[in-house]
Amino acid sequence: MKKFLIALLFAPLTVLASENVHLDKAPVNLQDYASLQRGARTFTNYCLTCHSANYMRYSRLQDIGLTKDQIKHNLMFASDAIGSRMTIAMRPDDAKKWFGMAPPDLTVEARSRTPDWIYTYLRSFYRDDKRPTGWNNTVFPNVAMPDVLYTLQGQQVLKDAANGGNADQPELVLAVPGKMSAAEYNATVGDLVNYLAWMGEPGKIKRMELGVMVLLFLGVFFILAYYLKKEFWKDIH
Amino acid sequence: MINQQVDRSKRRFLVAATSVVGGAAGVAVLTPFVMSMLPSERAKAAGAPVEVDITKVEPGMLLAVAWQGKPVWVVNRTPAMLGKLPAISSRLADPNSDQPQQPEYCKNVDRSIKPEYLVVVGICTHLGCSPNYKPEMGAADMGADWPGGWLCPCHGSRYDLSARVFKNMPAPLNMVVPPYKYLSATRILVGDDKKGA
Amino acid sequence: MSAMQKMVGWIDDRFPLTSNWKAHLSEYYAPKNFNFWYYFGSLALLVLVNQIVTGIFLTMNYKPDAKLAFASVEYIMRDVEWGWLIRYMHSVGASMFFVVVYLHMFRGLIYGSYRKPRELVWIFGMMIYLALMAEAFMGYLLPWGQMSFWGAQVIISLFGAIPYIGDALSLWIRGDFVVSDATLNRFFAFHVIALPLVLLGLVVAHIIALHEVGSNNPEGIEIKKHKDPVTHFPLDGIPFHPYYTVKDIVGVVVFLMVFSAIIFFAPEMGGWFLEPDNFIPANPFKTPEHITPLWYFTPFYAILRAIPNKLLGVMSMGASVVIMFFLPWLDRSKVKSIRYRGTLYKLILTLFVISFIGLGYVGTKEPTPTFTLIARVLSVIYFAFFILMPWYTAIDKTKPVPERIPE
Repeated sequence: MKKFLIALLFAPLTVLASENVHLDKAPVNLQDYASLQRGARTFTNYCLTCHSANYMRYSRLQDIGLTKDQIKHNLMFASDAIGSRMTIAMRPDDAKKWFGMAPPDLTVEARSRTPDWIYTYLRSFYRDDKRPTGWNNTVFPNVAMPDVLYTLQGQQVLKDAANGGNADQPELVLAVPGKMSAAEYNATVGDLVNYLAWMGEPGKIKRMELGVMVLLFLGVFFILAYYLKKEFWKDIH
Repeated sequence: MINQQVDRSKRRFLVAATSVVGGAAGVAVLTPFVMSMLPSERAKAAGAPVEVDITKVEPGMLLAVAWQGKPVWVVNRTPAMLGKLPAISSRLADPNSDQPQQPEYCKNVDRSIKPEYLVVVGICTHLGCSPNYKPEMGAADMGADWPGGWLCPCHGSRYDLSARVFKNMPAPLNMVVPPYKYLSATRILVGDDKKGA
Repeated sequence: MSAMQKMVGWIDDRFPLTSNWKAHLSEYYAPKNFNFWYYFGSLALLVLVNQIVTGIFLTMNYKPDAKLAFASVEYIMRDVEWGWLIRYMHSVGASMFFVVVYLHMFRGLIYGSYRKPRELVWIFGMMIYLALMAEAFMGYLLPWGQMSFWGAQVIISLFGAIPYIGDALSLWIRGDFVVSDATLNRFFAFHVIALPLVLLGLVVAHIIALHEVGSNNPEGIEIKKHKDPVTHFPLDGIPFHPYYTVKDIVGVVVFLMVFSAIIFFAPEMGGWFLEPDNFIPANPFKTPEHITPLWYFTPFYAILRAIPNKLLGVMSMGASVVIMFFLPWLDRSKVKSIRYRGTLYKLILTLFVISFIGLGYVGTKEPTPTFTLIARVLSVIYFAFFILMPWYTAIDKTKPVPERIPE
């Protein structure tokens, strides 16, 4: 019974994903600073015009190995102070008028959606004339967001039952190539998702490093406490 | 039932060792809580150096800007105002600014880089009130020999136009001159005096 | 007389320091045979202290305002020095509180710690459990994420099932037509002041009642029956201090290792302790696709959903908690501890544990027909455990209980 209880309490939960789409594994590596820096650049270039990251300060980018000058000159467009947050000029009310909804803030998006979801989503846009933006997405059907990365990826179309594809397994086919090869595009999106995962909790690596120290300390404490208990309990028969 | 054959020294050692390690754990746990009360990243960002366009300050006028949330005054002093400063030395507590209340480059009678522009943190050194600007010389409410300066509304401390405190006032020290530098002839940066950056 | 003794003497003339120390620690005689299950009482106290201290420091930066709450939590996580640690200690601590309390209650169940003369210890404990549920529920609204908002919306709507006054009551609880800033602000007040005071008072009452009657033990034998003729201390008892204090330190350190491992390596616990949807700010226009309460409420939530009638569902859910209060009077067995109970009781208890855990699991799942059926079967078992208790404990074949605690 004891085991049963413990098994229940500590069984890892399979993420409560309600969508049935297959998600590709995102290449998240929070210690790969070069990847995080490339991701940060993609993020500020392509995402940070419509999406804010209101809880994230530019200065925090020093944690991924960038200097203040690099941040100021390469990643900040407005003449903000380095300590300012990644806000956008677009007002939520205007955004609602233009897109039907305000683009969500992306600071902790990776913590709600999971990196795998974003990684798959950003590679699953296709041309759809029935949508007002001209774009649709297999991971997020009828999404309000257009494909902002299509110049890089190229334009995909959906091959399903309607146009000669497999009805059970619709697939996305590249119709117009972009500036990048498929591998290059995947790597770019991978870096971006890596950055988003990092931004969701910039202190994660430090947290884990501290955790190791804390557990080692408690290990020593345990040995002492164990012998202390044993010594006193010699009295009890 | 209690066994008298007890190794006292072993027991004492274990109690002491556990107490020390437990105490260390307590201090270690306490640290984050104490540290959490320090200024946050937001406070630090708000406390970053601020740029001031000094062309906006007319002669004789005072411009207040916020740096680290504190009032910083930029005063454009006229030649007449500056002329009074050396003469009143005997009435001041620290006329030569010997106390380290200013950066080294402002340790002069004007307490400034360029004499006409005084930059000072507008907080009384007594108990932290912000004094009122009283620039008119010999103002009726300040006495005929008033050379212009500040009066603290809380406990009546008086400062001259270099923010130097008068003798026998509640305030012990001259007001603080913050680190600052000229970015150009018309712009100063308050809070940072390092060359280069 | 040393200076220390002098000082203690001075205090003792004015305040019962030494007598309290003796009554509750150095001369509080506890049975010598406490096992693993007996750690969870002191651990619950430890977690309570953790919640209060981390809670105080969180309120220094948290803003109970619908416009600011979500941002202030991220502010704590990012901008406040060590804020992330304090927040995780609090959020993980909330779940660990229920882990510890459920194990503590299970201990009481298997060793009959609720039986005469400990009925009030059990009743106070149940009141603590109720207050804790309210505390956790209100605290979960404060981050103002999607799950905070919709969880509160659903639970407050439960009160709407009460005939005649239901709608007015839920309106009064919210202070608005939907969960709003007004709700957040009052939940904050309850969470940080009102309920912690109630909890502390109840914990004191729980411990005073316990120390009045003395602790039960895995044998379910009353150690006070056999006292030393000279000292009047129970022969099978040992002073709580130093024996159980040094033992509890070991338990505390092991607990802290588990607690730290979660905080530092898996503070979300894969979605069990911090739900992914709660990283999206509350949006009154869009319900998350999959809404479940946190794990510690899901057994009761599953009972609620198992019944296809709003009022009856709410009543059953309420009853499933309230019925635990009556445990001391439902149990008619001649023995307290499971060690001397018969096969029948052990079988039914096993079914009960399966039903509780099963309901907890079903409560996290979408209510498909299969899961609803399972929830119904498990709900019947859950209630049968209590309702049939006077019968099966009376006919259960028990073993003879020894007079003294066996060596």
